[in-house]
Amino acid sequence: MEIKVLGPGCPKCKKLLKMVEETNKEFAFDANIEYVTDMMEIANTGLIGTPGLMINGRIVMSGRLPTKAELITHIKAKI
Amino acid sequence: MQFVRDIFSFFNDQFLKMNWLNDMVEWLFADVLGFKEGTMFYTSITFFFYDVIKIFILLSVLIFLASYIQSYFSPERTKRILARYSGFGANTIGALLGTLTPFCSCSSIPIFIGFTKAGLPVGVTFSFLISSPLVDLASVILLASIFNWKIAFAYVIVGLIIAIVGGSLISLFHMERYVEDFVMKGVASDEGLVEIEEYKMTKKERIEYSIEQVKEIIQRVWIYILIGVGIGALIHGVIPRTFIERVLGDDNPFSVLIATVLGVPMYADIFGTLPIAEALVAKGVGIGTVLAFMMAVTALSLPSIILIKKVVKTKLLVMFVSIVTIGIILMGYLFNLFSYLLV
Repeated sequence: MEIKVLGPGCPKCKKLLKMVEETNKEFAFDANIEYVTDMMEIANTGLIGTPGLMINGRIVMSGRLPTKAELITHIKAKI
Repeated sequence: MQFVRDIFSFFNDQFLKMNWLNDMVEWLFADVLGFKEGTMFYTSITFFFYDVIKIFILLSVLIFLASYIQSYFSPERTKRILARYSGFGANTIGALLGTLTPFCSCSSIPIFIGFTKAGLPVGVTFSFLISSPLVDLASVILLASIFNWKIAFAYVIVGLIIAIVGGSLISLFHMERYVEDFVMKGVASDEGLVEIEEYKMTKKERIEYSIEQVKEIIQRVWIYILIGVGIGALIHGVIPRTFIERVLGDDNPFSVLIATVLGVPMYADIFGTLPIAEALVAKGVGIGTVLAFMMAVTALSLPSIILIKKVVKTKLLVMFVSIVTIGIILMGYLFNLFSYLLV
């Protein structure tokens, strides 16, 4: 599974990255996590609100931080 | 009818203007701490405490409400709604959605690229970018709290008009020629475009999101509020009325011009400028001059201009800044002229 956190370095983006990393470890999802910070690359996906959460090539959430429960739901839905 | 009016004015005075808080602060400094009423220090310090506490209480409640509404309008949804309209209607909807969507100047580039890539006219994007920092629910209620409802509504309407007309003019002159090439290149191809799933938040998530927003925004703006109230307190207590009247008073034909030009490069949140506006009005500055200052500070600032410069060429940037500045100056003089309607 591929998880990308899209965000140009805003505090929320870093927090989301940390959340994803922790959740990944805790539940042993064994996902590849990538942090995309290039503004053009982010904008080209069509995402507007950052941070964005992309799982297996689809953006599942944008513009806010999810709760931990929501994050787990998103990841599980893509397994 | 009188009964209804009494109830409304009770709510207005106690909840919105928080007269009880003013009484409490004055009681604390005069009766408990024994400061002499009417001195420079007393006037400044009571203004400072009353205003800081009032703004933080109102702001927390209002950001919560505004964020709850905003949670229904993600930027991606805004983009889709806008794509359905064209011409003048699109500019109007753009300006209206701008009032609902959370915005900090750091997100203007993704918004600009995202909207342009979705095929929205550049003018519509500018309508959105102008109205977004200028008008929002929280600032309107705060304006009503500090001044009155007429001024708050007039502010909204003028803010929207500047956004709609500004964006329409940019479309009319085909300014999309002056968008940076790399943005336009992205428009032509769908390369890199990713499907965005629409996730419907639950009520609980919306509430949590709104609480997060309150924390985040207060963390971001508290320093501006303290600085703003501090300056307001100085104006209130220390700076002589005659000086302020000479520079910004109605008798000076350049008052609005001075207020706008001073405000444009400044970077502050609308919440930081409100206490300054409040103190200026109390010193006899015309309402148009004060609103022009507030609008200039919030709509344009050096950081936001530098950001937008990254995606547009100089001609479009100059046009954008000039339209907004001229709009604000016109609005200021009109408000001063018709201020008797707003009392």
